[in-house]
Amino acid sequence: MYKNYEMVIGLEVHCELKTNTKIFCSCPTEFGAEPNTQCCPVCMGMPGTLPVLNNQVVEYAVKAGIATNCTIADFSKQDRKNYFYPDLPKAYQISQYDLPLCQNGWLDIETSEGSKRIGITRIHIEEDAGKLVHKEGVGTLLDCNRCGVPLIEIVSEPDIRSAEEAVAYLKKLRAILLYTGVSDCKMNEGSLRCDVNLSVRKKGETAFGTRTEMKNLNSFQYILKAIEFEFKRQVDLVDSGEWVEQETRRFDQSSGKTVSMRKKEDANDYRYFPDPDLAPIVVDKKVLELIRSQIPELPDQRKAVYMEKYGLTAHDSEMLTSDRKIADYFQAAAAKTEYPKLLANLMIAEVFRLMPQDSSEIPVASEHMAGIAQMLGDGTVNSSVGKKLVKDLWQNDCDPYAYVKEHQLEQINDAELLAKLADDVIAANPKSVDDYKKGKVAASKALMGQVMAKTAGKGNPVLIQELLEKKLSEL
Amino acid sequence: MAKIVELTVCELQKKLKSRELSSLEATQAYLESIDSSDKAVGAYLTVTSEQALEAAKAADKLLQSGENVSPLTGVPAGIKDNICTKGVKTTCASKMLENFVPPYDAHVMKKLNEQNFVSLGKLNMDEFAMGGTTENSYYQVTRNPRNLSYVPGGSSGGSAAAVAANEAAFTLGSDTGGSIRQPAAFCGVVGMKPTYGSVSRNGLIAFASSLDQIGPLTKDVRDSALIMDAIAGYDAGDSTSVKREYDSFSSCLEQGVKGMKIALPKEFFDKGIAEEVRNSVLAAAKTYESLGAQIVETSMESLSWALPAYYVISSAEASSNLSRFDGVRYGYRAAEYSTMEELYKNTRSEGFGKEVKRRIMLGSFALSSGYYDAYYKKALQVRTLIVRDFQRVFEECDCILTPVAPTAAYRLGEKVSNPLEMYMGDICTVPVNIAGLPALSLPCGETADGLPVGMQLIGAAFGEKTLYRAAYAFEQVQGAYHLHKTK
Repeated sequence: MYKNYEMVIGLEVHCELKTNTKIFCSCPTEFGAEPNTQCCPVCMGMPGTLPVLNNQVVEYAVKAGIATNCTIADFSKQDRKNYFYPDLPKAYQISQYDLPLCQNGWLDIETSEGSKRIGITRIHIEEDAGKLVHKEGVGTLLDCNRCGVPLIEIVSEPDIRSAEEAVAYLKKLRAILLYTGVSDCKMNEGSLRCDVNLSVRKKGETAFGTRTEMKNLNSFQYILKAIEFEFKRQVDLVDSGEWVEQETRRFDQSSGKTVSMRKKEDANDYRYFPDPDLAPIVVDKKVLELIRSQIPELPDQRKAVYMEKYGLTAHDSEMLTSDRKIADYFQAAAAKTEYPKLLANLMIAEVFRLMPQDSSEIPVASEHMAGIAQMLGDGTVNSSVGKKLVKDLWQNDCDPYAYVKEHQLEQINDAELLAKLADDVIAANPKSVDDYKKGKVAASKALMGQVMAKTAGKGNPVLIQELLEKKLSEL
Repeated sequence: MAKIVELTVCELQKKLKSRELSSLEATQAYLESIDSSDKAVGAYLTVTSEQALEAAKAADKLLQSGENVSPLTGVPAGIKDNICTKGVKTTCASKMLENFVPPYDAHVMKKLNEQNFVSLGKLNMDEFAMGGTTENSYYQVTRNPRNLSYVPGGSSGGSAAAVAANEAAFTLGSDTGGSIRQPAAFCGVVGMKPTYGSVSRNGLIAFASSLDQIGPLTKDVRDSALIMDAIAGYDAGDSTSVKREYDSFSSCLEQGVKGMKIALPKEFFDKGIAEEVRNSVLAAAKTYESLGAQIVETSMESLSWALPAYYVISSAEASSNLSRFDGVRYGYRAAEYSTMEELYKNTRSEGFGKEVKRRIMLGSFALSSGYYDAYYKKALQVRTLIVRDFQRVFEECDCILTPVAPTAAYRLGEKVSNPLEMYMGDICTVPVNIAGLPALSLPCGETADGLPVGMQLIGAAFGEKTLYRAAYAFEQVQGAYHLHKTK
């Protein structure tokens, strides 16, 4: 039933900009300070105070716009979005309504289906709200540190058709924002947040179904789960002839389900109107050119280089370029080995696994990582030692060549020795040999493992495999 | 010799500089004046006697040493209660801000403090500056010092009454649709509404951000120019503040009006204007002619839409500006509520007065989805037309002469139950705010009942200098109403 339907997804991404000060006052924006230590009368919306726009916010937003192929408006304005909530001190959020700073952009993503272009409707600037902290026995407290932290909201076109595409889009967007240096994009600190608009329709239809909005999803894992759940929920409704209600839903992490937050009829009328305290934003042509000249090499440019120069696949190149620091690291290491492809595998299979979420710190020097790739390539060590080296150096970085010597981790290529070990294993495991003869291929793997174990994991796997196969067929 | 409190700022300043008089003596004289007459007038919401005496002593030290002496050093003044004063209650005459003490000074306060002026206290007003009689104050009624049965006008009624009653050497008010000019006219003093963007709004508790301006109320024209010299100027803390060279207003007074072209748009003299008022203003036009100015009769058709456009724009902005008064962080909070929504609802129902609630509802309606285009957007279009209409007049003329209000002061209570009639009283003043222009209100006559009548001089943007020249020339002929009444 589900395969007869497709999902239509548009994403709204809120991204905190990495400016030194807030959008309308000079308070610092650092994350994690003691509550209410980074606020002033302006960001707390005290009576009589006035906002003054931080130019760096415009500059960063324009940067993000250029990097996502948007048209930058030479004239845009800021509007008030009015609603009551205790974390919004002025009871209106200064945002942009009908004249956003950036419009009509796109970015390319890479999935198992190949590459695809996703449209970006608009990017606008706005201020973040504060945080309500619920304390048992005390009540609800207000932390104003986040009030007035600058945000950009990036709205995609409804071009996304799967959870995989949604995550690929977000990863690409994050990569671009990180490259341009406008945000640190830490989902766990809330500096990158995502709302998912999703509807379903029968494949082949062109009209959109009724959509729901899922708010504030803060990890790729949750986004995947929420999309998959919501798709099935909507298909179940539509397929049984029921309506999908237009509403805002929330993803419940413990149950993996999405639950209704508020219906459309309860939605606020935000009464948008131009903020009379702020002048229109005029981006001068010269300033625009200056900002354009400051845009660094972007992930797609590097991706093309990796594919061409190192012969990497599109998928692997995409993964390595998704973070500027990691890409820089890869490039530094690749310059010091004759085996960049092995290096890429090592990065994707081992380094990414060891790296905590939202981090791009690699505690192994790039030349050491290059050394591991080099030893893998020239046969000094086998692949399981290669893995072990990454793991060991991750704990205690050192020269991998010396380390291999010291711990005698060199690959054993001695055919005589390996043949003897193979004979021993075959002799000791008549059952496996029997299984193998009856056609159980897996049995040879078990034997292989045993031989490898006898070399303390250092045997040349290709050689062992060859020897085993030869000996078994001779039996 | 005139009593101390009868002196203009200029006269007082000379005596302070020559040490003929100390700021402490002047301040004490004003505090005594407040003590004796404010029970009847009710201009002040807060009198900061102790701070005033301290400030006076500090000013005297400067005056004695002769160092860092500015034109307003040691001069006692009153401040409208919607202008934030550090450490001194700023209530906007609302229950909502009954105990609100700002931890910061408004930009104009900083400017005045730089000159070491003496603040006597905070002045009554219509709640959140909404009204034309000061009867919308949550705290008290202010009476017109010229006749205590009459209102002082509003919303800067306290500011006008304090000057008229010699309870301050000068005061600051704010003007969104006439709130400086109309009370100045009702009380027979001089009120200036500067060009939008020339006096920082930083620290003025907003009513309608695109219309609000702070300005002085004074005993005569020269004082007005002097105060403007002190408070006008660019402020990076107000994005609507205009960066430019600001004229010295007090140095241009005596240039006269010879050859000046003064426009009389007929729409300002319609049948809605009381005959006594019309005649007084037309007589002023004759005076100008006799001084060598040329009177140009003209028409401004867009003015017929000014009042509805004003009430849509100002209420829309107010509905948003006043949203922050929600009982969460400061100000009044309802005693009883069980949900967040009730906290908002009860706080705002109990904390705001009737007129404020009326404007919030009006503004929220005008901005709501489905109505925005018909009301707010249309009002902005009217705004553009009015701006153009004024520009057209100023291509030909130097300033415009009109009445300030259709009538002189109302009796207390006369208009309270009829808001629409009250709104009509703003008809001559609101076009000026809509177009962001400067306008000066000064007395030009008196009704048969002995109430002052005001005339309004409207200038092109940043044309304050022209207005001061014209106003001063008239005052030289007619004499300053307030000084005449006092003596």
